[in-house]
Amino acid sequence: MAYSEKVIDHYNNPRNMGSLPKDDKQVGTGIVGAPECGDVMKLQIKVENDVIVDAKFKTFGCGSAIASSSLATEWLKGRTVDEAYKIKNTDIVQELNLPPVKIHCSVLAEDAIKSALEDYKKKAAEAK
Amino acid sequence: MKFPIYMDNHSTTPMDPRVLEAMLPYFIEKFGNAASRNHQFGWEAEEAVENARKQIARLIHCDAKEIVFTSGATESDNLALKGVVEMYKEKGDHIITCTTEHRAILDTCKSLEKRGIKVTYLPVEKDGRVNPGEVRKAITDKTILISIMLANNEIGTIHPIAEIGKIAKEKGILLHCDATQGVGKIPVDVEALKVDLMSFTSHKIYGPKGVGALYVRKKGPRVRLVPQIDGGGHERGMRSGTLPVPLIIGFGKACELCEQEMPVESKRIAAMRDRLQAQIMKDLDESYLNGHPTERLPHNLNISFAYVEGEALLMGVKEVALSSGSACTSATLEPSYVLRALGVGSDLAHSSIRFGLGRFTTDEEVDYTGKRMVEAVKRLREMSPLYEMAKEGIDLKSVQWAVH
Repeated sequence: MAYSEKVIDHYNNPRNMGSLPKDDKQVGTGIVGAPECGDVMKLQIKVENDVIVDAKFKTFGCGSAIASSSLATEWLKGRTVDEAYKIKNTDIVQELNLPPVKIHCSVLAEDAIKSALEDYKKKAAEAK
Repeated sequence: MKFPIYMDNHSTTPMDPRVLEAMLPYFIEKFGNAASRNHQFGWEAEEAVENARKQIARLIHCDAKEIVFTSGATESDNLALKGVVEMYKEKGDHIITCTTEHRAILDTCKSLEKRGIKVTYLPVEKDGRVNPGEVRKAITDKTILISIMLANNEIGTIHPIAEIGKIAKEKGILLHCDATQGVGKIPVDVEALKVDLMSFTSHKIYGPKGVGALYVRKKGPRVRLVPQIDGGGHERGMRSGTLPVPLIIGFGKACELCEQEMPVESKRIAAMRDRLQAQIMKDLDESYLNGHPTERLPHNLNISFAYVEGEALLMGVKEVALSSGSACTSATLEPSYVLRALGVGSDLAHSSIRFGLGRFTTDEEVDYTGKRMVEAVKRLREMSPLYEMAKEGIDLKSVQWAVH
């Protein structure tokens, strides 16, 4: 199967690959997927004044999974928490030109975003 | 070095130029139908086909008359299983095979099950081999056929066919062997293996695609088959259809070359394979060899790299043609059923890479491939949340994953 140029670009030059301190109150962490299924995504956001100032990912998975999470971090940066919820897997599919068999990678990325946002909100609520 | 590098010789092999040379006269000049009995064109084609049949027979130590030409190993497997089941249905309705067989066997068995045939799928041991004792235990008075492959196409593990053959003989049950991956790579002798039927194909041994053979024993016992393709009664009535003369000539030449060169070639390839294995495993912790360490085809290497996914790995070394057991590279979206049958966890099955060396593989290509694999695995591990967690001392098996 041939990959789109955008997938190849994210695979070769992943954006924001790495980790943020997960115990930091400003950091939300989402880990989704399972090793048995062949993909696990870890997505982290750092929020200041309701704005996502940094995002990082680490992904175990195919090229499309890596590209989906890499793209997600790019899109997250600069958004408010509410705006971040608006990122949909279909946007990722469109941007990366994912074939039908790779749609689940984009779904996983959306799940990872939601999971990181929920984690952040939970921490923020606990801190109040 | 020429790119891309071909390291997927279990899938298919390039044709040997000497094979092509042997085939060329049979397209335009000597184009006759081997079944034409009344003129020079037919005689010439028939003679060439019979010569090829002898070359093929010599490689597996059988009589030329015991070779039935087919379109390839998948057809040979179908003919062997369906042909035997239909011919011997009065005797019984039970087949024994194993879980790591090629799809051509497993899917044929599934199809036979729909017709009421009972099939036992034997498990394999951790090293990928069928235990002959399990074969013996699975035999019932209704068993008419045992079908076990010579060597596995993913992990290269060689089954103890001779031992299984002994049991089959003792019980008077026919033994079929899908030897697609083994013929031409390791010595194969149908007498020593005690097989009654054996499938193999030309394109795995540097011959052309589109032709294969089924060995059908003529004596002790004389095996009979119900043909699956009816027509002009070619191939002793077992497989009708005009013979693809140029392909058969190529197949014959390919077998002759394998027979002549195997003793030197298999050692050379095994040495390169061992070097590749050593190079990769020396530099990468948590890389695991799949299959039997020694009872293995000389050109096969199958390794799982923990914490990285196979398809992503292939993407990282895209200038080398390789294959992976990852679900993402399969049509079924399931990780390799062969590795799963060995008890390899799904996570490691997703992480497996199959290297298939061949006649035209060079030392330089092997070294390059090894170096690039190590780089790619290291890079992807840096990107892998699982590797990070493992390094932090988290037991990945204890994590509650949301299986999707």
